[in-house]
Amino acid sequence: MENNIIHYCNIKNNEVFLDGKKLYSGQEGDQFLDFIKGVYKNFELNYPKFYKMDPLCKLAITASSILLDGIDQDIDPDMGLLLSNKSSCYDVDVKHQDSISQGEESYASPANFVYTLPNIALGEISIKYKLRSENSFFIFEGFNPEFLIDYANSMTKLRKSSSVLCGWIEVKENVYNAFMFLVKPEAGLAFTKENLLNLIE
Amino acid sequence: MEELKTELKEKIIEALNLEDMSAEDINDTDMLFEEGLGLDSIDALELIIILDKDYGIKLTDSKDGKKIFQSIETMAQYITEHRTK
Repeated sequence: MENNIIHYCNIKNNEVFLDGKKLYSGQEGDQFLDFIKGVYKNFELNYPKFYKMDPLCKLAITASSILLDGIDQDIDPDMGLLLSNKSSCYDVDVKHQDSISQGEESYASPANFVYTLPNIALGEISIKYKLRSENSFFIFEGFNPEFLIDYANSMTKLRKSSSVLCGWIEVKENVYNAFMFLVKPEAGLAFTKENLLNLIE
Repeated sequence: MEELKTELKEKIIEALNLEDMSAEDINDTDMLFEEGLGLDSIDALELIIILDKDYGIKLTDSKDGKKIFQSIETMAQYITEHRTK
């Protein structure tokens, strides 16, 4: 059986949706960090490490938690992770650059430096859900549904994973858009470019 | 010493991004790692930097860190005895 989209989560424009249903609206004018903290508290995610994360990991762990905790399905222990974005982990990169550009007084903060790779977001999700599965993070100019479809399908066809949590997790200077979706070979919405482009809108 | 303890709590909260915590939430004798504040190895590096940058103390033996970073109380005691600034 071909992969289908089983569930999906969107976080953008101060709102959170699961399977198209709005679950949360932030305060008007919220900056990203205030908004995502509000989401964390509203959904009682109860994962104190959240506070230490960079913006990209905060968005990724929040979207994955809302999706995985909000559906009535067990998580496959071999669930693959396939994430992508445009700006990598830009915000924490800038913070790190600032911290080492202060002349003699400058020092690299380990707490920031540890997040200066986008694939750390995959590690955070894997730690939270105890996954030891295949995972990859790709950087594209824009959302690339064809690539995600090909890659996720190959992961399940080659039996590397029995399901794949895919997504576009973009955040840069208060502009953010998370679209995370779970695909597996069971009944659901067709895993096509057209459907993905519709769902991310 | 009390002033130093409060200062340390505030520095730790800021450096480790312990949002939603205030200095009053940390007891002087709370364990900083494991079951206490739940700090990890990356946080330990931040504490080493705080000692160096703000108090002029360079730790050379990792075994010392285990004793020094047990709690705010032990950190403050060590800083009082060894600070160079």
